[in-house]
Amino acid sequence: MKYTEEHEWLLEEDGLIVVGITAYAAEQMGDVVFVELPEEGTEITKDDEVVVIESVKAASDILAPLDGEIVEVNSTLADNPALVNDDPTGDAWFFKMKPSDLSPMDDYMDEAAYKEFIGD
Amino acid sequence: MTDLLRTPLHALHLELGGKMVGFAGYDMPVQFPAGIMAEHTHTRQKAGLFDVSHMGQVVISGADWEALATAFETLVPMDVLGLKEGRQRYGLFTDETGGITDDLMFANRGDHLFVVVNAACKDQDIAHMKSALEPALDVAPVTDRALLALQGPAAENVLSKLAPEAAGMKFMDVKTLMLDGAECWVSRSGYTGEDGYEISVPSEHAESLARCLLDHDDVLPIGLGARDSLRLEAGLCLYGHDIDTTTLPAEASLTWAIQKARRQGGAREGGFPGAEAVLSQMQDGPARKRVGLRPEGRAPMREGVELFAEDAGGEPVGTITSGGFGPTVGGPVAMGYVPADKAEPGTVLYGELRGKRLPVTVSAMPFVAANFKR
Repeated sequence: MKYTEEHEWLLEEDGLIVVGITAYAAEQMGDVVFVELPEEGTEITKDDEVVVIESVKAASDILAPLDGEIVEVNSTLADNPALVNDDPTGDAWFFKMKPSDLSPMDDYMDEAAYKEFIGD
Repeated sequence: MTDLLRTPLHALHLELGGKMVGFAGYDMPVQFPAGIMAEHTHTRQKAGLFDVSHMGQVVISGADWEALATAFETLVPMDVLGLKEGRQRYGLFTDETGGITDDLMFANRGDHLFVVVNAACKDQDIAHMKSALEPALDVAPVTDRALLALQGPAAENVLSKLAPEAAGMKFMDVKTLMLDGAECWVSRSGYTGEDGYEISVPSEHAESLARCLLDHDDVLPIGLGARDSLRLEAGLCLYGHDIDTTTLPAEASLTWAIQKARRQGGAREGGFPGAEAVLSQMQDGPARKRVGLRPEGRAPMREGVELFAEDAGGEPVGTITSGGFGPTVGGPVAMGYVPADKAEPGTVLYGELRGKRLPVTVSAMPFVAANFKR
């Protein structure tokens, strides 16, 4: 698992990247009440805003971690946004993407680096 | 950055796991470990305890009630003279243009007028009252008392365990009660749309009283986050957002707060700052009005979202001034200003969210029925 400075986790799985937010991010955000997901098949460029997450406090985004294409979204989150708080690193993944180039993955933090990043 | 002030309950907030934020110059809990959603729901179902000690408490004294009330009526468009002893009323300070400079609560406590104003406005409000009322009257900020709010359907049962007289109070009654050995100034009122009490308690006794109330199984500590979602569902204004110096009472849909005696043709018509503008807008009808809004779907529309008459094209016709997710409503709720001819409940407008226009329906407020003990 890799981590971004925007508190996303990235899991490589069968050539695809699964994207979610960390428990730390979910905790900071508070109760999530709305999730807006991209369309499957959307071409994305690194740092595009691809997901909107609204909590009772504020709106935040998930940025595309890599260039590529959205191949699957977790539509359960539209009906059950609270899953983001209940299981952020498991069932509450947001989307799976097919990266055009995997090499930028090496630039992201590993778990130890991320823990240090959040001061854990 | 200047240092944040602390209320007498600051240490207790930290002990209870409060997530602290700066608010109006104070270090305040935005939420406790239960989280905003759970705190909100708990307050609607049982009872929540809020620290509102950052608000300004002021005692105005130095004359009999008639003289106090007559003088205070020069600052607010409310019927102060007609307020009976032991009763409280909602009020507004206005400026020379009729704009609202703050909203407040004031109570007839017999030998004095007790005023509670917003934290962010308190310095300005106190200066305003002093310059208008002194030296004839004494305007004394109360700096040695905390202010707690106990809100929710279980509040009566909880507070009457400490003072049985609490149960006999009606909505907007004020009374001095001995709570946990301290002399408290209590009103049956709040900012949640629920039954409940606001309690002015000597600072040195605040933590002990708060612990005593929190000891009850039905009471949870509640932060500013749920305070905001509760007041929003109750359709209550947040000063600086839903009302400010650019809004007059009629367009803010606060005409109800101006009693007959101060209106056009009333026994004591006008006589407050900006009276001409305030009363003529009431008479002629405002061009825009503050209304309740229900965005369709689940996406919250927050302060600043622009409203349009059509789903494409055209200029904005209004703006959302407060909005978010209403946990009891189970969906997004908001309030904002719209043209008077689009203020009728049921009117469909469009809010522009991240470049997309989504339907928003004008609806009656409160969004959640009030639960006061009349």
